[in-house]
Amino acid sequence: MDLLDNLALGFSQALQWHNIMFCLLGVVLGTAVGVLPGIGPTATIALLLPITFGFDDPTSALIMLAGIYYGAQYGGSTTAILLNLPGESSAAVTAIDGHEMARSGRAGVALAVAALGSFVAGTVATVVLAVAAPPLAQAALSFGAAEYFSLVVLGLIGSIALASGSMLKALAMIVLGILLGTLGQDLYTGTPRFTFGVRELYQGLSFVALAVGVFGIAEILRNLHDPRTRTRMVSRVANLWPTRAELRRIVAPVIRATGLGSLLGVLPGGGHVLASYASYAVEKRVSRNPREFGHGAIEGVAGPESANNAAAQTSFIPLLTLGLPAHPVMALMVGAFIIQGITPGPDVMIEQPALVWGLIASMWVGNVLLVLLNLPLIGLWVRMLTVPYSVLFPIIVVFACIGTYSLGQNPYDVLAVAFFGLLGFVLIRAGCEPAPLLLGFVLGPLLEENLRRALLISRGDPSVFFTRPISGVLLGLALVALVVTVLPTIRRKRDVVFAEEE
Amino acid sequence: MGPGYVPFALGLLLAALGVATVAKAYVAPDTAPGEAPRDAGSDAPRDAVPDDEGGARRAGTQDVERHDAEAPDPRPLAGIQWRPTVAVVAAVAFFALTIDALGLIPATFGTGLLAALARPGTNPLRALIIAVGLTLASWVVFVVLLQLRLDLFGDWLGG
Repeated sequence: MDLLDNLALGFSQALQWHNIMFCLLGVVLGTAVGVLPGIGPTATIALLLPITFGFDDPTSALIMLAGIYYGAQYGGSTTAILLNLPGESSAAVTAIDGHEMARSGRAGVALAVAALGSFVAGTVATVVLAVAAPPLAQAALSFGAAEYFSLVVLGLIGSIALASGSMLKALAMIVLGILLGTLGQDLYTGTPRFTFGVRELYQGLSFVALAVGVFGIAEILRNLHDPRTRTRMVSRVANLWPTRAELRRIVAPVIRATGLGSLLGVLPGGGHVLASYASYAVEKRVSRNPREFGHGAIEGVAGPESANNAAAQTSFIPLLTLGLPAHPVMALMVGAFIIQGITPGPDVMIEQPALVWGLIASMWVGNVLLVLLNLPLIGLWVRMLTVPYSVLFPIIVVFACIGTYSLGQNPYDVLAVAFFGLLGFVLIRAGCEPAPLLLGFVLGPLLEENLRRALLISRGDPSVFFTRPISGVLLGLALVALVVTVLPTIRRKRDVVFAEEE
Repeated sequence: MGPGYVPFALGLLLAALGVATVAKAYVAPDTAPGEAPRDAGSDAPRDAVPDDEGGARRAGTQDVERHDAEAPDPRPLAGIQWRPTVAVVAAVAFFALTIDALGLIPATFGTGLLAALARPGTNPLRALIIAVGLTLASWVVFVVLLQLRLDLFGDWLGG
């Protein structure tokens, strides 16, 4: 049995005591830096990456890095829930309901649910990864430019289902996000776009700067305009643990999210973002009381967090099998691989099975350590809420500045934080949500790249998007998603009319 | 397809969406003038007038309109307090403009001070204490613990 042999090999690597120690060290460091307000997983990993450079054994280095990754992700979710400061786009979904829970005094419950959901999803996804890596890599290989394009369209349309305000505005936010993503040099011709002759803009906008601006700084501005929100939050930090009833409520969402996350995580290009968004949308649709979503629904934390973690796991599949980084964090991982003298790709699996399977097994070990480490610490994290806001928000501002700057040593990135902070604040005041904007920004370049590549291959014939079967099906699904999103609005509108007539 | 194709198409789409949003605001405003301010999370939309399209649509989505509910005023620029807005944005911009020239310590101190002053209730002495503490904390966390290569004092200060 290949699978068992592979897993046995993997665990024989991962369970060597020094590798467990490195994994633990990675998880501790990742969490510690990840919970610093304003520093998300991408920034955390970038900050800690150099530590692993000195290792002689690439397996240990990558195992520690995987530990950092999980720790950073959980730390990022912690700040998303407690401070409404998601460090990356996938945690933005967690922040919606997680932060509402924190504001009503259930921060501990939200953190515990996030940890437990992530653990379950991570365990399942590790098995999925081990079983499915080879065949799924084959499936991903058959995706052409047209399929990627249709997939991104589906993802973007799906995210509108998430927007709680006006659909029109959500759509506009997505388009604005894609437009912001086109900043910088054109991929095919190298022509600078929207750079206004500023050299620093040639490489495009920094994702971290945009995220920190529209979420972090804009949130601070919003809080400063409404001091009531903070006093209400600090006064009631009650029960840290979920009740039995709450645990029962999250079982189904966690299972659904695990499946969804494992599936979507494989897709190169923001699969984990799609996963958490999709999970949230699904839970909102199937929930018996969708009105709770946006006001602290526990399913809205459990689902996206599980999906995110499952996808984080399976997003190693394109990296390990194709050498394709699925998102910024994976791009950093590629950097780490290369520094260790390994070029990620199909060859690695054959030539260095001990490394690949050791890494896979260590992911599970990392998940175990994460839960063991973080459940007892929840009380400590929650105490972060009791820091007076007059002290807390300057900390966030300064740390966000340093974190953003340290990523590329580029002061323009920090200037972009200021700009997008102001923009995000005005958008929030105008009833436009920043989450779709960020998703458009992340997926926009993929959308454009694949649109143009598909049209180049088909010599300008747009019918390829419909005639290629997988692409056609995906576009069809996007259309269905659009209709389904619009339908409940129509239906409820009728309900209101009927209720009035009675 | 040249480099301008996609941005141009997106621009047209965005303009169309903008026009549609404006048109919708005239036909069915989000908040009708004179309508009582809506309460966050309450069942206020239940009394929305059903023949008003905006009101009826809201009835379906209002409960999850988090941001909207907290900003009942439909005019985005109304009620903006200038002190926190300007101070926070200036704090971030200060860091961007001084980190290379002055270095980490002065940039952090200035940013911390400006940010601390953003909250209307904070007096200058308290802001000063926060800024000093924050500068020390940044130095410990990023330079001592994380070993980031940041100049404590920049070119202008002979660092």
